[in-house]
Amino acid sequence: MQTSLSQGFELEVPKENKRNSGFQHWLKKEGSAYSMVSMYVILFLIFIAAPVLVAGLLSFTNFDTIQFPRFIGLKNYITLLTQDDIFMKYVLPNTLQFAAIVGPGGYILSFLLAWILAQLPKLPRTIFALILYSPSMTSGVAMAVVWKTLFSGDQTGYLNSFLLGLNIIQEPIQWLQSPQYLMVIMILVTLWSSMGVGFLAMLAGLLDVNPELYEAARIDGIKNRFQEIIYITIPSMKPQMLFGAVMALVSTFQAGAIGVVLSGSNPTPQYAGQLIVNHIEDYGFLRYEMGYAAAVSVVLLIMVLLLDRLAVNLFSSEDYL
Amino acid sequence: MKKKGLFHYSAIYSSGINPKGFHPSQLKFYILLLPLAALMLLPIIFIFSNAFKPPDELFAFPPRFFVINPTFKNFSDLFSTMSTSGIPVSRYLFNSIVIALVTILASILVSSTAAYALSKLNFKLKKTIFSVNTVALMFVPIAVTIPRFLIINNLGLIDTFWVHILPALAMPVGLFLLKQFIDVIPNEVIEAARIDGASDFQIYRMIILPLIRPAIATIAILTFQATWNDAGISSLYINKEGLKTFAFYLSTLTATTSTGANTVAGQGIAAAAALILFLPNLIIFILLQSQVMSTMSHSGLKG
Repeated sequence: MQTSLSQGFELEVPKENKRNSGFQHWLKKEGSAYSMVSMYVILFLIFIAAPVLVAGLLSFTNFDTIQFPRFIGLKNYITLLTQDDIFMKYVLPNTLQFAAIVGPGGYILSFLLAWILAQLPKLPRTIFALILYSPSMTSGVAMAVVWKTLFSGDQTGYLNSFLLGLNIIQEPIQWLQSPQYLMVIMILVTLWSSMGVGFLAMLAGLLDVNPELYEAARIDGIKNRFQEIIYITIPSMKPQMLFGAVMALVSTFQAGAIGVVLSGSNPTPQYAGQLIVNHIEDYGFLRYEMGYAAAVSVVLLIMVLLLDRLAVNLFSSEDYL
Repeated sequence: MKKKGLFHYSAIYSSGINPKGFHPSQLKFYILLLPLAALMLLPIIFIFSNAFKPPDELFAFPPRFFVINPTFKNFSDLFSTMSTSGIPVSRYLFNSIVIALVTILASILVSSTAAYALSKLNFKLKKTIFSVNTVALMFVPIAVTIPRFLIINNLGLIDTFWVHILPALAMPVGLFLLKQFIDVIPNEVIEAARIDGASDFQIYRMIILPLIRPAIATIAILTFQATWNDAGISSLYINKEGLKTFAFYLSTLTATTSTGANTVAGQGIAAAAALILFLPNLIIFILLQSQVMSTMSHSGLKG
């Protein structure tokens, strides 16, 4: 019906008609695809692409949320690198330390635990997977209740009471308010909840490795399970390894608020648990220096991007490039 | 072409991976896993144990990990108290439930239609959209909190119900997992339906949706965890107390030591609320875990 109509048009006004049928043709061919993808694309542009773009633009301005942003070139970045003592002395080293331990640590732990689970039959494997995954189902706010009780600073705190009982310490310790302990607790708590989606993906990947490969490797002189992991398992599940790495990367930086949650204050006591994410919030929402905060955001995004490229280089499949 | 190097295949050898039953060689793994799992489970058990403790046990000295005389008092206290601004707790819970349900349904619709188009339909921007989304897998929302705030403010979404839902719908991981899952569906099935005269929308509804149930379950879980546990949106974008979430209410219980919330009653209420917040996550995951695992088989990311 539709085709006969447009054919009729073609006979009368061929020129205009060509464009018209071209559009109709496009609509028929790609219209439904675009309509299906459009909702996601619009939301993606508004809530993911635009904020990144705005952060980039604002980072070159001075913006106090009241007056219109004023262009100041690279000044924010120069200030960040040369004058922001807190950033250079605490925030950056803290972030690097936290990320270097939690990122690879959580990732390797996830892989090793997934590998061990893959050596077990289905029922115990499922139960252990559930237990190891359950910390990543918890939310920061629910766990704040738990950590604050366990690490409470007086003698009724569980950890203090336990250590006092064993005579390891003589005085209760202010775990969450002491600069020397806060970072350690932040790292432990984040590692505790690092068996997330990436862990499940790697477990699924391990179970999908073709068993024939192991047999072949055995014949070719692979001696132990460690060599098997390095030469067979990891190369045959590179895509899952990469997915796990990206997830570990995201959760490491996304966990940045933990220090503020634990200590209950931003800035954290003597900046001991101050990470880049807290620094952004400090400048953005406490001092209303949005331009400067945006510059710090850009630095963080670039850091994540570089680490992501590193992961891609490590685990890119052979058919890449 | 994948290069297999020195390795050549022969008969199937049953390796240690995914064994059918128990074997003494697995003992070492149990010995390693059991203490670790127990240690990791401690904080979770603590959520349960604490929620049922009567006041004298919550503040007992020396503190006891396990509850001795379990009671529901903390829960009845939780629902009989009002927040400092006079909103009953059930209101926060109601908000959280409605927000989670609407977000899950909308997220499934938005991501699965887009994933189907990206996987099985042909259009010009297909490759671009997918590769941009793959880069966005490493997107760290917390890094752009401030520009996000400015955008949401300019869109007039502050103090609306939608601010809880709309930002959560752009979930690159969700789209990625769904697309990978749909990739596995053979094209012949879709071609056959097309020859029978089915439109793209009919194919999506009649063929794709029933086949991707595991991936949809996974998206539902991820969306649920993201929205149900979230206190940030309520504290950043919502000023009206009646529109805030249960997770936010819990965060006020633990954060405000000065307003007296950390008193005897406050601790019990917080413990009960923490359990209510955690429990749905656990139950939903247990119910859907096999679906999640089958989705994760297709999670591979090619660099």
